[in-house]
Amino acid sequence: MNNDRYQLNKELAQMLKGGVIMDVTTPEQAVIAQQAGACAVMALERIPADIRAAGGVSRMSDPAMIKGIQKAVSIPVMAKCRIGHFAEAQILQAIEIDYIDESEVLTPADDIYHIDKTRFDVPFVCGARDLGEALRRIAEGASMIRTKGEPGTGDIVQAVRHMRKIQSEISTLAAKREDELFEAAKQLQVPLDLVRYVHENKKLPVVNFAAGGVATPADAALMMQLGAEGVFVGSGIFKSGDPAKRAAAIVKAVTNYNDPEMLASLSENLGEAMVGINEKEIEIIMEERGKC
Amino acid sequence: MLGILALQGAFEEHEKMLRALGCQTVLIRKKNDIPQNLTGLVLVGGESTTQRKLLCELDMLEILKERINSGVPVLATCAGLILLAKEITGGEQTCFGFLPVRVCRNAYGRQLGSFSAVGDIGSIKNFPMRFIRAPYIERTLADDKEVEILNVTDGRITAVRYKNILAMSFHPELTDDTRIHNLFVDMTKIYSRKL
Repeated sequence: MNNDRYQLNKELAQMLKGGVIMDVTTPEQAVIAQQAGACAVMALERIPADIRAAGGVSRMSDPAMIKGIQKAVSIPVMAKCRIGHFAEAQILQAIEIDYIDESEVLTPADDIYHIDKTRFDVPFVCGARDLGEALRRIAEGASMIRTKGEPGTGDIVQAVRHMRKIQSEISTLAAKREDELFEAAKQLQVPLDLVRYVHENKKLPVVNFAAGGVATPADAALMMQLGAEGVFVGSGIFKSGDPAKRAAAIVKAVTNYNDPEMLASLSENLGEAMVGINEKEIEIIMEERGKC
Repeated sequence: MLGILALQGAFEEHEKMLRALGCQTVLIRKKNDIPQNLTGLVLVGGESTTQRKLLCELDMLEILKERINSGVPVLATCAGLILLAKEITGGEQTCFGFLPVRVCRNAYGRQLGSFSAVGDIGSIKNFPMRFIRAPYIERTLADDKEVEILNVTDGRITAVRYKNILAMSFHPELTDDTRIHNLFVDMTKIYSRKL
């Protein structure tokens, strides 16, 4: 991938800012998401809550199913491949996906290596729990970052933890003397040039979204106020009582995240939220996947 | 006061550039954010379907339409161009319906079709153009005197000027080149003086 292609891929993420990216499993759901104001959809066979319930091995979706969703909507379509599974990523690139999510939601294919994303022309988004993970993924070629959160739970606590951690580590790094950056790079296990970028600009070199556990407009507003530049909503929409209404409310909450009165009216009569599983109750901790 | 539509998309980039040029700006996220003394409006890049829906549901479409009709200068990039267009290929719902052009959305295909180029934008020479899942203008719906074509890249119209509108399918806000924003700021200054 040449530099200009990487730049164009980072710029697509910039266009998604202030928006909501929704998990969808059928063309019909994709249309509902687009009509509700989603800025992109994530095409997958099962939403994280169902992946969790089903157990077993979870893989890249059927390309025919993804193509069906590409035909149904005009907004960007993303899809997930397993961590380290570069052949799945090659297949997704062959069907011209707009963004690949190398995702811990699927069962990892490699417990040491992530995909060398610099070898691809399509952009990648990756999950991170802290600044080191985020910068390692960027060094591998990711052009967008999201918090890992804990997908399929409807519990926001991990996404909050990850966003706070990333933001506070950015502040710490920004406050360092320049001669302390070499050691910081060593500690974070990331390239020095990325450490220098964060030190100078007080932000990641790519767009950073919140993901994992967002279920309500208030959750979305919370993540935006904590510094997210947009929000992924997985199971939170199509596992709820009234998906179209909830989706539209979350879209508006991301735009007006600083307006409690509007958030109050958006949060009224949304029907049942997804039931949710508390982090203490779950057996598979997805955020632990691909932590190197 | 310059208003930047901040419903979704790359509004911070425009804000940063206009502030660097010494302009006072306000981000417009809801009806009450629209300033009385609006002397310029930026319609930013992002997803046009998302922005159109929010414009309608947050009850801002008619107010902004009125301001555009009354001559407030507008800088529209990418999705902004789609929001302004009178016609959209494929019969998709239009938004402001002010600019007499027919635009084709996602005209270069998916993200793999995104590209960069360098070209002249009217009298601005060698401008770096960033096309991100960009639209282009299939044709203008008025004669050439009304809609001035500012750029044609690979046979496609990508930038036009019409009355108070400066619209393009690429993203000057993603570059360090402020010449297009300067042109827009000049338009807003001339408009302010007439008030």
